[in-house]
Amino acid sequence: MKSALITAVAAFVLYLILTVGTGNILLWSSAEIIAGVFLSIVAGIFGRKLLFKNEDYRMLDPVRWLYFIAYLGPFLFAMAKANIDVAYRVITGRINPGIVKISPNLKTDFGITMLGNSITLTPGTLSVEIDEKTNDLYIHWINVKHKEPEIEEICNGFPKWIRRIAE
Amino acid sequence: MIDTVIYIFLAVGVFFNGLGSFGLIRFPDVYTRLHASTKCTTFGSIFTSLGVITYGFYHWHVDSASYGVLAIHAFIALLALVITNPTGAHAIARAAHRSGVYPKRAVVDKLKEKGDLSD
Amino acid sequence: MIETFFIVAIFLLIFMIFGVIRIVLGPTAPDRVVGLDTINTLVIAVMIILGAAYDEVIYIDVAIVYALLSFVGTLYIAKYLEGDLE
Repeated sequence: MKSALITAVAAFVLYLILTVGTGNILLWSSAEIIAGVFLSIVAGIFGRKLLFKNEDYRMLDPVRWLYFIAYLGPFLFAMAKANIDVAYRVITGRINPGIVKISPNLKTDFGITMLGNSITLTPGTLSVEIDEKTNDLYIHWINVKHKEPEIEEICNGFPKWIRRIAE
Repeated sequence: MIDTVIYIFLAVGVFFNGLGSFGLIRFPDVYTRLHASTKCTTFGSIFTSLGVITYGFYHWHVDSASYGVLAIHAFIALLALVITNPTGAHAIARAAHRSGVYPKRAVVDKLKEKGDLSD
Repeated sequence: MIETFFIVAIFLLIFMIFGVIRIVLGPTAPDRVVGLDTINTLVIAVMIILGAAYDEVIYIDVAIVYALLSFVGTLYIAKYLEGDLE
């Protein structure tokens, strides 16, 4: 019940953002608001198990959202560095690829998804496979330095951030 | 002044998009191509969209409110792109490895040593 | 300003040709999917640019839907390549 309500509110907020500037009640027309309420209730009922698995509400904590916004800074910096690195490799064609394994010790699905996406967008690494029993990540590394790498070498201290955001 | 900022955003975006597409031709196997295409086209599209968002918010201030709507929608499209692109790349890489395409010139392949995880 | 948006859109359309070349050449099926995925990303970028150039918000709405649907399409092709679809 609670999860359906929160999903419906989130869907309604997204609907309001998408239809901003259509009318006179604040910024929205009355038809859009009625349609939005109806559609977000339907979306909340059908999507109640997607956003909060097993009635787990830890992501509602605003401190986690603040950490997420703070995380965007180092993340965007690493992403810019990644692109300059790839630019160098596209122009020179100097690669030394391989697939390595790291164990980040994250427990939740959301955390491991976020780490996988962050790794894909940052320097020289691409997540290929997840071992769902132990949450180990297999990573394609474009410039292999060691065959048994440390976590810090590959993901720039992202696991520390993600443990604060998602665990 | 604001025009120069938009020009710089668009130029950086076009440069990185071009680099990603060029890497698609140049690299030898599917994983390195994914490196080039995912990172560079995502980054390039962030910058071209930032150009549009800056344009929208600036003209919202100066001309009419419909430009603000343009900027907000462009931001949501950008968000959808940034969330879905790396996930899609991960899906392609996993499918490639499971269907038996292994990296060329690889120094080490821990996943092949480990064996099949797909059960 | 409007002309610049059109020039950027033309450049991005030229880059799509690289994706098409990869789809035609690509020795394996995953290579072709990578080409398709790149083209999808570039199409979304072009739609956002053209939405600003023609001052039509509907182009950007279409870009949002296109982003989500092309993502689902990529996931399905990947699933098919893994051999999970019976």
